Amino acid sequence: MDDTIRKILAEHGHFPVDVATIRDEDDLYQAGMTSHASVNVMLALEDEFDIEFPEAMLRKSTFESVAAIRDAVGELTGS
Amino acid sequence: MGTGTAIRVGADVMAIHQVEESVARFGTRYLERIYTEHELSSCVGGSPARAASLAARFAAKEATMKVLRPVGHQPDWRSVEVRRHPEGWCTMALSGHAAVLAEEAGIEELAVSLTHEGAVAAAVVVALCSPGDDAPSRADMSRDRAHCDGDD
Repeated sequence: MDDTIRKILAEHGHFPVDVATIRDEDDLYQAGMTSHASVNVMLALEDEFDIEFPEAMLRKSTFESVAAIRDAVGELTGS
Repeated sequence: MGTGTAIRVGADVMAIHQVEESVARFGTRYLERIYTEHELSSCVGGSPARAASLAARFAAKEATMKVLRPVGHQPDWRSVEVRRHPEGWCTMALSGHAAVLAEEAGIEELAVSLTHEGAVAAAVVVALCSPGDDAPSRADMSRDRAHCDGDD
C-alpha cells in the first residue's frame, strides 16, 4: 500500500522535493503539498483503492503524512 | 483602528494549469467536490478561460479558510461559495461548518477580490469581525509583528 500511496503523492502532490526523501511521519504540508494538491491526492486515492472519503475524514490531518494516509485508507478498505 | 473592530485577511494564489489538469484527470468528481452549482454555472467559456475562473474561486476558498482558521475538521470546500452578481462583482457566502466558524469568530462581513493574469489566479478575502476575544490588543500586535508570515 505504501508504494501506491507514494506513487500517487509523486504524481499529484506537486512536491518540490523527491517523494522518496519524505519519511512516513513527515508533514506533507510542510514538505510543500498545497490544499489543492491534497484534493487531487484524495481523488487519486479514491480511484486507486476504490474508496470514498466521507466528509468526517476531510481533515488536514487525514492527509498530513504517508502514515496518516495509510491509516485512513486502511480504515476505509478494512485492511 | 479605534473602532474596536478586528480585521482578518486571507490571500491565496493558484496556478491555473493545475486546475486544468485536475479537471482533465478527474472531471466532474473534482468539480463537484470543490465547487457549488452556482460557481460552476458562473465559470463558462473554453478550457483556459474556465480554468482561470475556477482557479480564482479556489484561491478565494483557500483565502477564506485562512480567515476562518479551522482547527481539525476542515469545512467542505462547497460550504465556502463565491457568488457572482449580475453586475460582475463577487461576494462570499458561507454555509455549514464554515458558517459556524465565521459566527464563532464574530465575522460580520466578508469581502473578496478575485483576479487572474497569465498563468496565475489570486484572491484576497477581508473579514470584519465584531470586537471580542479575537480583537488583538496593542501589545499583541507588537508581539505578533515579529513572527507574522502566514504564507502557507
